Amino acid sequence: MNFTNEQLERYSRHIILDDVSVKGQEKILNSKVLIIGTGGLGAPAAMYLGAAGVGTIGLVDGDTVDLSNLQRQIIHSTRDVGKPKVISGKESINLLNPDVNVVTYNERATSQNILEIIQDKDYDFIIDGTDNFPVKFLINDACVMLKKPFSHAGIIRFQGQTMTYVPEQGPCYRCIFQNPPPPDVVPTCQQAGVLGVMGGIIGSIQASEALKYIIGVGDLLTGKLLTYDAKKMEFRKIDIHEDKNCAICGETPTIDQLIDYELNVCG
Amino acid sequence: MKISVNGKETILDNGVTIKELLEKEYVEMQEYVTVQVNENIIPRDSYKTHIIKDSDTVEFLYYMGGGSN
Repeated sequence: MNFTNEQLERYSRHIILDDVSVKGQEKILNSKVLIIGTGGLGAPAAMYLGAAGVGTIGLVDGDTVDLSNLQRQIIHSTRDVGKPKVISGKESINLLNPDVNVVTYNERATSQNILEIIQDKDYDFIIDGTDNFPVKFLINDACVMLKKPFSHAGIIRFQGQTMTYVPEQGPCYRCIFQNPPPPDVVPTCQQAGVLGVMGGIIGSIQASEALKYIIGVGDLLTGKLLTYDAKKMEFRKIDIHEDKNCAICGETPTIDQLIDYELNVCG
Repeated sequence: MKISVNGKETILDNGVTIKELLEKEYVEMQEYVTVQVNENIIPRDSYKTHIIKDSDTVEFLYYMGGGSN
């Protein structure tokens, strides 16, 4: 691949890194990452992947930008309030880096569209930046079915956690959490609040995992649940394991169709 | 006996069940926490019967979803 002078300049800090170099930057420029949810987690992940030069970034989100988003969803600005998040996201990424082909899916991910969306550009890596459990399980199941690696994450109050699923290389989300909790049992950010920057910390880690996977360097969070407590200033990496009885990735899976769990939608 | 709970060394009497440990550690929403003992996720309906053993490594793993309903 021939880099333009501008690209050599733009990505110079990657190119001089031994573990990236021209070959690695080429991989990044040819890669395709799908980000489901352009909110607290998806926003910083999308910005950093855009800055890195990921060739194709897919953004999935059916919401419009709300004022209360701006405390943490730094891909959007005050002038974007009322605009579809994926459009605002695309504009921000391309302002930063015109090299990136941003594909927008202005819809919520459901059992009816998620497989088609993932296969639309045959994305290499998926980032779960979503904010509810039904869709987190949906993303997990879709990625297991399509044999796609993905990063799971969640944040609340002063805490966050993330893990990376790579097919055949460790547990999936269902191995650990089996099923979504009933609606209204686990507090949401809307109910409990979240320190805005938590999305930045954890979302950036998700982007880092995607880049490491693409370049082929370092240790991924496969078989690890990384938890972060900002108040205690403590990261923990907990060993987690594949469940051979897992309903989707185990030896005898019982799930063969995607599920739209009951979604308690806030009015 | 000594066990590890969420990375911290904890002294425990013999014969303590997971349910009793959750209570001792003031875990909220006990019906929805995932408990891993050594390498195994323990089924929730076994919390009242599964006995913690000496040197067990116990992790409480929580649902963390974010966002809105």
